[in-house]
Amino acid sequence: MSEHIVSPKLYFAVFAALMLGTAITVWAAYVDLGRLNIVVALGIATIKMTLVILFFMHGKYSSRRTKLIIASGFFWLAIMLVLTLADYTTRHPEPSRSQLAPVPTLQSEAGSLGSV
Amino acid sequence: MSSTQPPLSPQPQVENQLPREHYLNATYGIRSWLLTTDHKRIALLYLISVTFFFFIGGIFASLIRIHLLTPGGYLVTPETYNKLFTMHGVAMIFFFLIPSIPAVLGNFLIPIMIGAKDLAFPKINLLSWYIYLVGGAFVLYSFATGGLDTGWTFYTPLSSIYSNSAVTPAVIGIFINGFSSILTGLNFIITVHTMRAPGMTWFRLPLFVWAHYATSLIFILGTPVIAITLLLAGLERMFHMGFFNPVYGGDPILFQHLFWFYSHPAVYIMILPAMGVISEIIPTFARKPIFGYDFIAASSIGIAVIGFIVWAHHMFVTGQATYAALAFSFLSYLVAIPSAVKVFNWTATLYKGSISFDTPMLYGLGFIGLFTIGGLTGLFLACLGLDIHLHDTYFVVAHFHYIMVGGAIMGYLGGIHFWWPKITGRLYPEYLARIAAITLFVGFNLTFFPQFILGYLGMPRRYHDYPPEYQVLNVMSTAGASILALGYLLPMIYLTWSMRYGKVAGKNPWPATGLEWTTDSPPLTENFHETPVVDWEPYDFLHRPELGLLGATSKKPVPAHGDD
Amino acid sequence: MHRTGELYGQFQTLEQQKESATLGMWVFLITEILFFGGIFMAYTINRHAYPTAFGVGGNMLDLFLGAANTVVLIASSLTMAMAVWAAQTSKKPLVTVFLILTLILGGVFLGVKVVEYKQKFDHHLIPGHNFDITYCSRNPAACHLSDADLIKEKKEIKEAIEVENSADPEGAGVTALNAHAQLYFSLYFGMTGLHALHMVIGAGLLLWLILEARKGRFDANYNTPVENIGLYWHFVDIVWIFLFPLLYLINRHLA
Repeated sequence: MSEHIVSPKLYFAVFAALMLGTAITVWAAYVDLGRLNIVVALGIATIKMTLVILFFMHGKYSSRRTKLIIASGFFWLAIMLVLTLADYTTRHPEPSRSQLAPVPTLQSEAGSLGSV
Repeated sequence: MSSTQPPLSPQPQVENQLPREHYLNATYGIRSWLLTTDHKRIALLYLISVTFFFFIGGIFASLIRIHLLTPGGYLVTPETYNKLFTMHGVAMIFFFLIPSIPAVLGNFLIPIMIGAKDLAFPKINLLSWYIYLVGGAFVLYSFATGGLDTGWTFYTPLSSIYSNSAVTPAVIGIFINGFSSILTGLNFIITVHTMRAPGMTWFRLPLFVWAHYATSLIFILGTPVIAITLLLAGLERMFHMGFFNPVYGGDPILFQHLFWFYSHPAVYIMILPAMGVISEIIPTFARKPIFGYDFIAASSIGIAVIGFIVWAHHMFVTGQATYAALAFSFLSYLVAIPSAVKVFNWTATLYKGSISFDTPMLYGLGFIGLFTIGGLTGLFLACLGLDIHLHDTYFVVAHFHYIMVGGAIMGYLGGIHFWWPKITGRLYPEYLARIAAITLFVGFNLTFFPQFILGYLGMPRRYHDYPPEYQVLNVMSTAGASILALGYLLPMIYLTWSMRYGKVAGKNPWPATGLEWTTDSPPLTENFHETPVVDWEPYDFLHRPELGLLGATSKKPVPAHGDD
Repeated sequence: MHRTGELYGQFQTLEQQKESATLGMWVFLITEILFFGGIFMAYTINRHAYPTAFGVGGNMLDLFLGAANTVVLIASSLTMAMAVWAAQTSKKPLVTVFLILTLILGGVFLGVKVVEYKQKFDHHLIPGHNFDITYCSRNPAACHLSDADLIKEKKEIKEAIEVENSADPEGAGVTALNAHAQLYFSLYFGMTGLHALHMVIGAGLLLWLILEARKGRFDANYNTPVENIGLYWHFVDIVWIFLFPLLYLINRHLA
């Protein structure tokens, strides 16, 4: 079979990179980067994941079809995350009741449709 | 062997006799059926199971319609009414509509249509059926031990905290059933990629196969999300975890986002296979190649993809952000375009065709009309302003029944009739079948058209009671439902009858193009006597005079269209 | 019953069979991406809403155990990849060795998770079971907190209560914090529990694989099950690669 055999050296190199990534991500967690903390953490995790997919899972050596399948899985996950967040992040918080102006009431008159 | 025609089998089927050996008589005994890995037998196992759940859902529907004959609601209590519409929805959607065409017709036909002996994973196919049964058992248990009153939509926190009905077994059952869908979709995708016969390129595939490939994409990408959503709702109910509970800071709208992320594409799971059936029926009974093959194939994929980015149109009145609502509304208009492409292409196929009104064609034509109405009314609902008025009214109920019954079920019945000769080797009684199709069409419209009006006038859905001024329309609807029921019962009777007493069909009674019509009726267990080699284009009525189109000439060589 | 390595009836060639099996496993993994994706979605929305409570909850987790587990699981991915290599190069005894190593490392991971879960139970951090985010700060001995840790934790909880109070003056701060932290722990148990379930299934698959490998079934001609179960195992590793920072590394710099 025309299968690409990845060498153990490459596997160990990837392992070393993953260990380094783990160490960096733990260290970075103790540094105050404000809103960037989550970006850094997820960024490192994404790099680690990419290494696992490309080398441990032989993604780099797979057919175009397999690569398309992998990409579409993540693309669909992105659809779910992005569009749902599109709702949550563009909501305006409800003003509390005390801040609302009093609602005008309809005057009830004889012959009218009545108050709602 | 001539390369200008599909190969004939070495033992051509004698026209007035069933073939000596075929998949139904290859082996005998209950074990040979319950442990079969033959995709055709599994399709029949599914046929029996989905029909059973159709009955269950139909019983609930009948009770609903009878209850709604009078305002005041005298048949059942309000709590029971809630259970009736919930269980009707759960049974029909998860256990009938979603599996129906893929698991029955898809399972039976896809390997034959692509020239293979079976699906890629026959044992997983059988496993899918058993998983379906286990899921169904849990749901039936739920129905029997207190029922379900949350709506098939299981909105939290009613379903996860406050409902006193048997929610937990039901969500377990639907969760399990999801794996049946996932495995079927996985099987179809791999099969279409790797099991095609020599010469069967992607653009020679029947559109039925394209439709099922697109449906399988939705199975794979959408079903896992409903699985996790119901799992979370179930965990909340069992262990008081707070995901969707406002008391803990959880958000019920999050449930709705997650739920509809699957459940909207699910409606495309229900309609795409039916569209695939129609794409097979129309060219056959117009005796013309289908118009715009490439566009119909692409539109199936387009519907599957765009269908994933419109879900929050079910949530316009929940308080979601206006910007998000605008985006979802716009995208919902976009998803109508590929559907419209199909309707235009089917119509163009009919134009100047040599049309006959056999039963499958009656269902096909009915589909085109009713699906168009259902689809257009969907656009009314996609309009933000109109939806404020129409949301949660009978307008919505009518809209989705036009698509799911007028569309999907007519597609299902049309397909069952169209391929019945291939599945059983026998013909159903044609005139009785036409009468049944017309009965069904009339009954359907009488049931559901008044509901558009009711909804527009403001009658809410999922209400056990209504003001007296709505009674006339409700009575019309119930009357229609009884005629519709007759339309369903007739095929069940004569199709069963025909299995024993129907005329022997022969290989290609219509006649139609497609590899399935070149093999015996019923087919061998391995489908073909020898592996077909394909070098002709699909729906090639113009170049195959033996199929009966006046003016057809013998095949000219046609360059290969495309490759995987 | 077919022996592994033989051509199944529905296929024309072994190549087609292998291609189908591998494609099938990749498509299955896509379904798993969406499956876990749903609970990651729930996590995202809730963390967006309650960052403070999530930080407090996250700091209750044992970072050392979490990081150790990360190392263990990534190592098990290495040994799994090596098992595939051994099969591809027909080093049959090594296939079994590497698979056993993978299983052992997976077992270690699950053992550590049991320890962690027990710890949560002792610290009153199980949702629905007398959940009390302030338990450890009020009973430092029971939670084996040093004086320094205790001071840090009390400060953190005090600040978190203030945040809750300022966000919602009508809600009682500690109750709101407790509720939102319970949400965090619901997600913690949901996500790690689902992950652990997948690991248990993976362990079962590995066991089967080891039994087959011991019979010498896998070599350069036929190693599809090793490769495909390897794909599954790597996927489970990837899920943890994301779970670890999302659950264990929130606001550590504040503690």
